[in-house]
Amino acid sequence: MMTREQPCKEQPRKEQLLKEITALDFYIIDLHLFLDTHPGETEAIETYNRCVMKVKELREEYNRLYGMLLANMSTSCEPWQWIENPWPWQKKFNFELTEEKS
Amino acid sequence: MWMYDKKLEYPIKIKNPDPRMAKLIITQYGGPDGELGASLRYLSQRFSMVTPEAKAILNDIGTEELAHLEMIGTMVRQLTRGISTKEIEESGFAAYYVDHDTAVYPVSASGTPFTAAYIQSKGDPITDLYENMAAEQKARSTYEYLLDLADDPDVIGPLRFLREREIVHFQRFGEALRIVQDFLAEKRYSFPCDKTEPCR
Repeated sequence: MMTREQPCKEQPRKEQLLKEITALDFYIIDLHLFLDTHPGETEAIETYNRCVMKVKELREEYNRLYGMLLANMSTSCEPWQWIENPWPWQKKFNFELTEEKS
Repeated sequence: MWMYDKKLEYPIKIKNPDPRMAKLIITQYGGPDGELGASLRYLSQRFSMVTPEAKAILNDIGTEELAHLEMIGTMVRQLTRGISTKEIEESGFAAYYVDHDTAVYPVSASGTPFTAAYIQSKGDPITDLYENMAAEQKARSTYEYLLDLADDPDVIGPLRFLREREIVHFQRFGEALRIVQDFLAEKRYSFPCDKTEPCR
């Protein structure tokens, strides 16, 4: 049985944390594609590595406080948390981005 | 293999249902220039691709397209939540409704079910990379036409994001094409691969 320092329930930081993870993941995806065709760009590799280490920390925090994101890489409270609503396609799961001022 | 990340690549939170827009956006799910075709095309072509860079770019863009497929399905679902029979009749969504209710099904805006005839996997790396560059441009055009017809910021945001990704993918495929051309120009290799010599 897995015990946690805090109960796995909704907290105000959940949305902010998800937003930060989503933003960093996007940066990582974009850098990843860039590096596929520019494997010698050392500066991009450094940035990529830094982002991956940072998002790893944030994902661990999210997992500890709010539940599972990445399959096979997340631990669960009891009962099995993977099946918890909302799923990513549900409105409730997602957050709003602040309006761009144009 | 793949592992599911239980979140979207870009958040989608559509407050106002709009079945008219759902009927149009579904084309990027199962239409001729949609995300299902894109992912299947790249993930199939990678098996016969040459050079480490080009194999990686097919693998990784194909993977990102699966995340885009999920975004489109999410938009369609949220745009049709809680709509009335009257709205279905007046929005042009009725034909889709009788076949699929508000479920997500891979079909084009004009109702043609998804077909693998939309894609090619030709075994010639130059041919495949040109096909992919064209595919990215066709998808970009489609997103621009959808943006012309969209009026809700909750819909416009994700569509703009997806349009921009088509441009980035086009750029990366162009770079992969250059790398593959340089590789094939090296005299010691020929394509189709000489069976006596291992292919890079």
